[in-house]
Amino acid sequence: MTTTTRIERHHYDVVVIGAGGAGLRAAIEARLAGKKTAIISKSLFGKAHTVMAEGGAAAAMGNVNPRDSWQVHFRDTMRGGKFLNNFRMAELHAKESPQRIWELETYGALFDRTKNGKISQRNFGGHEYPRLAHVGDRTGLELIRTLQQKIVSLQQEDKREFGSYDARIRVFAETTITELLLDGDRVAGAFGYYRESGEFILFEAPAVVLATGGVGRSYKVTSNSWEYTGDGHALALRAGANLINMEFLQFHPTGMVWPPSVKGILVTESVRGDGGVLRNSDGKRFMFDYVPDVFRKQYAETEEEADRWYTDPDNNRRPPELLPRDEVARAINSEVKAGRGTPAGGVYLDIASRKSADEIRRRLPSMYHQFKELADVDITKEPMEVGPTCHYVMGGVEVEPDSGAAVGHVRGLFAAGEVSGGMHGSNRLGGNSLSDLLVFGKRAGGHAASYADGLVERPKVAVQAVEAAVETALAPLQRDTGESPYTLQQDLQAVMGDLVGIIRREGELADALVRLAELRERVAKVSAAGGRRYNPGWHLALDLRNMLVVSECTAKAALERQESRGGHTREDYPSMDPKWRRLNLVCSLDGDAVRLTHKPLPKMRPELIGLFDRAELAKYLTDEELAEFDALTEEANN
Amino acid sequence: MGSKRQFRIWRGDETGGDLKDYTVEVNEGEVVLDIIHRLQATEAPDLACRWNCKAGKCGSCSMEINGKPRLGCMTRMSTFEESETVTVTPLRTFPVIRDLVTDVSFNYEKARETPAFAPPADVAPGDYRMQQVDVERSQEFRKCIECFLCQNVCHVIRDHEENKPAFSGPRFFIRAAELDMHPLDTRTDRKEYAQAEMGLGYCNITKCCTEVCPEHIKITDNGIIPMKERAVDRRYDPLVRLGSKIFRRGETPQNSVTSARAAGPATPSTSAGFHSHAGGSHDSRAEAQAQSGVNWHREVPHPTAPAVDERGKLPLTELTFDRAAAPSPFGDDVSFPLPPEHLNFAHPEQDKH
Repeated sequence: MTTTTRIERHHYDVVVIGAGGAGLRAAIEARLAGKKTAIISKSLFGKAHTVMAEGGAAAAMGNVNPRDSWQVHFRDTMRGGKFLNNFRMAELHAKESPQRIWELETYGALFDRTKNGKISQRNFGGHEYPRLAHVGDRTGLELIRTLQQKIVSLQQEDKREFGSYDARIRVFAETTITELLLDGDRVAGAFGYYRESGEFILFEAPAVVLATGGVGRSYKVTSNSWEYTGDGHALALRAGANLINMEFLQFHPTGMVWPPSVKGILVTESVRGDGGVLRNSDGKRFMFDYVPDVFRKQYAETEEEADRWYTDPDNNRRPPELLPRDEVARAINSEVKAGRGTPAGGVYLDIASRKSADEIRRRLPSMYHQFKELADVDITKEPMEVGPTCHYVMGGVEVEPDSGAAVGHVRGLFAAGEVSGGMHGSNRLGGNSLSDLLVFGKRAGGHAASYADGLVERPKVAVQAVEAAVETALAPLQRDTGESPYTLQQDLQAVMGDLVGIIRREGELADALVRLAELRERVAKVSAAGGRRYNPGWHLALDLRNMLVVSECTAKAALERQESRGGHTREDYPSMDPKWRRLNLVCSLDGDAVRLTHKPLPKMRPELIGLFDRAELAKYLTDEELAEFDALTEEANN
Repeated sequence: MGSKRQFRIWRGDETGGDLKDYTVEVNEGEVVLDIIHRLQATEAPDLACRWNCKAGKCGSCSMEINGKPRLGCMTRMSTFEESETVTVTPLRTFPVIRDLVTDVSFNYEKARETPAFAPPADVAPGDYRMQQVDVERSQEFRKCIECFLCQNVCHVIRDHEENKPAFSGPRFFIRAAELDMHPLDTRTDRKEYAQAEMGLGYCNITKCCTEVCPEHIKITDNGIIPMKERAVDRRYDPLVRLGSKIFRRGETPQNSVTSARAAGPATPSTSAGFHSHAGGSHDSRAEAQAQSGVNWHREVPHPTAPAVDERGKLPLTELTFDRAAAPSPFGDDVSFPLPPEHLNFAHPEQDKH
C-alpha cells in the first residue's frame, strides 16, 4: 500500500462510537466487564452534545415527593410519547434510572441537594412529581464530566495494574467512523479517520455500540452541534439494521432565530409564563387566532382577560401564548408562512414592553445574561426574534429493549441514547434523555461485552471492504468539479426546514423526496478543497452522505404516517388516529434506496396497562384494544 | 446592514505559517465564530477551527483574538470598531496542528495524572448525604467547561515548554481543589499532592487564569490560594518548623515562608519565576527561541511594576494577608537570589528619564 492510504490498525473487544453520555456509560460497562474497549469521539473528549442539557435527569427517587415511583414515571413517559413508546424500554428506564443516578455520585458527581442532604429534584413539564436530579442549569455538563472522570479513574487503575493508561480503555479523540465492516451478517470492525491528520484508522472488533446522538444538523434552525449529522443512524442502516419512528422530531417553539450568534438557542418557556407575548411583523398578538376548539374553554379570548391572568389566575383564563408546545410552534409557523414573520423568519417574543427592566432581570436572570453576553441583545429593551428550533430526534435504531442490540440483518451491533429509537415514542419528556443515556448506555455496553464473550471465533475484516471504504472517504478530495459541501448542506437544510419541518403537508413531503433525490445525485459528486489534515470541508462532505439518507427516512416516514402525534404534525391529518398508534414505521436500506415497512407495536403487559385509567386509554387505543383491556380488568375483578 | 470587515487569521501548520488577510461580510449580532464559519462556507473551506455548541457551554472554540485568549462563540463583533482589523490566532501555549486548531493533549495527560475521586467504601450508592452549602464550593469548580484558556494564559507554561512536565496548570489545580473540598472524598492528601506532584508551587498568583475564565470561576481566590494556604499552615506548625530548622539548616527564612518551597521535588526551575505573557522578553534565550518558532502578535511587554499603594509603599498587612508577610514584588514563589536576567522590577518613574 502507498503512504497515502496507510491504515492504522487496532484490535478491541468492544468499540463504542460516540463519547456523549450514552457512549461513555456503555464504555465504562464494557470495561468493567473486563473487555478491551475503545471510545471514538468525533470531538475532543468531554465536548459531546450532552453538555447542552440543562434541566436535569429524570429518575423516580422520591427525594422531594415520596409518592413518586417507577410506575408513575412509566405512566408519564408513555403519556408524553402518546403511547407510541416501546413499553419495555419505558419500563426499564423508569425502574433503573434511580440506580444510574446514584451510581454517578460514587463517580464523584455533585448534584444539588435537598434540605436533608439527598439529591434535589425539580419539577418539569409532563412529570407528575418533582423528578429531575439537577445541578443548576448545567446538569448535562456534570453528567459528561463525571463519566469522563470515571473513565480516567479506570485508566488509572489499569495503569497501576498493567503499566499503561490505555491498557483496557482508550479514547480516540477527534476521530470519525465512516463505515462499519461486516463479516457476513456479523460486525467485524469499524473504519474511520483521525480529524487531526486525516490518516485512516481501522478497528477490528466483534461488537460495536452506536452512541452518536441525533440528526439536527439537517435543519436550518437547530440547537444541535455540528456533530449531529446522523452518523450512527446511517451506519446502522448501511450495516443492515432498521430505523424506527424517524418521522418524530422534537421542535422547541421558541428558539432564537436572530441574531445569528444565538440562532437555535432555546428561550425558556418561563419567558411566556412571566408575561412575554408573541407578535407578528404587524405588531399583532396573533396567538388569539390559533386557539384550537378543544382548548377554547381554558384560554382567554381578549388581550385584557389574558393580561389579568398573570395576577389573578383564578378568575381569568390563561393567555394563549401558554398553549402546548406544538400548538405554539404551529402558530408561529403559520404566521411566518403567511408572510407576517420577521426578516430572519421568526416572530417577536416581547417581554421588554410588558415588564420593567428590573423585574425581567430578577425573574429571568440566566436568560438576560445569556443573551446579553452571547449576542448583546438586551431583552429588557427589545423584543426577541424566535421560531421553532430542531431539538431532538425520537426516532433511531430499532433495538431489543433489554440489550440494546440492533434489530435487522446484523449481529454484534448495539445502540443507546438519542441514536436508538422507541424509548420516547412520538415525543420525549424533558429530563428523560439524560436518564435514558445512563440506563441504556449501561445495558448496551454490558450486552456488547457478553456478546463478544460468547463468540467462538472472531469475525474477520475483508480487505476489499477496507479498500472500498478508503476509496469512498478519499473521493471528495480527488474530485474538483463538484459542488462545495457547504452549499449542499445549506440546500439540504432548506429542504428539510421548509418541507419536512414542524408542520407537514402531503404535497410538500412528496416535493421534499424529489428534491432529496436530486441532492443525492449532487452529494455523490461533492468535492472538497484542501488536503487531509484537519480539513472541515472534507469532513462535512463525508457527513453529508449520512445526513442525506437519514433525511430521506424522515421524509418518507412523515409522508406515510397520516395522523398527527407528538413530534409529527400533518396539517392534512390534524388529529391522532388510534389505528396508527399500533404501528411503527420501519426504515431499512434496499441497495441504496430507503425501504419503508409497517410493523406492529409490541403489546403492553397486563400489569403495565393496568396502571392507566380506562378514560385515558380511550383517547389512544382502538375499540378492539379497549375491549381487550375491559376483558382484562373483568378477569382481575373476578 | 452587513459591512465588510478586515480579518487576519493565522493559517499554517506545525512547520510554519502566516497571518492571512480576509475581507469578510459581518452582519449585526454576529460573533467571531460566525465569521470563521462564513469564511469556511466561502473562500476558505478548509480553514480548521474547533467548535461544538456555539453557546459558551462546551469550551471548544478557544482561540486568541487580538492577542487575548477568548472563546470564538462568546466574542461579539460589536465589541470591535468597524475599522478595526480582527486578528485571530491559535492558542499559543499548545503546539499548532493546523490553522486555529492546536494539540491540547497536554491537558488530557494532566487530567489522567490527577488522582480521581476516592469514594467512601462504606457508603452505598443512594446513601450519599451532603448539604447544599458543602457541595457548593466544589460545584463552582465543576462549572469548568475545559476550554483550557486558563492553561493557555498561564505564564508558567506559556513560552516555557520546559515547565510542562512538572506543572499541571490552573485547570487541574481547581480539579484538585474540587476534590479536596468534596464532602465525601476519602483522600486526605490533595493539597500535599498538588504541591509535590502537580507543581502548585510554580503558581505565583498573578490571577491571569481567573481573568480569562469564561465561566467566571474564581480560580485563584477560591481554588489555588486555599490549596496553597494549608501547606503554609502546616509549615507554621511549631513542630514542623522546628523539624525543618533542625534538618534543613542551610535554608534561609525567606525561602521557608513562601509556599513554593514546600516540597522539594516541585521546586520550580529558575525560569518559572517571572511573569510574562507575550514572550520571554526578560530572557534573551527564551525570546530567541520564541522568535525562531511560530511568531505572531508578539509584543515585548512592559516590565511589571511593584504593587505599591498611593504612598508608593508596598502594603504591609501581615495580619490580614493570606500569606505570611507582604507579597513579594517578584512574585511569591520565587527563590532568591534571582538570576539577573529574570529581574522584572521596574522603577515606577523609569519612563520619565
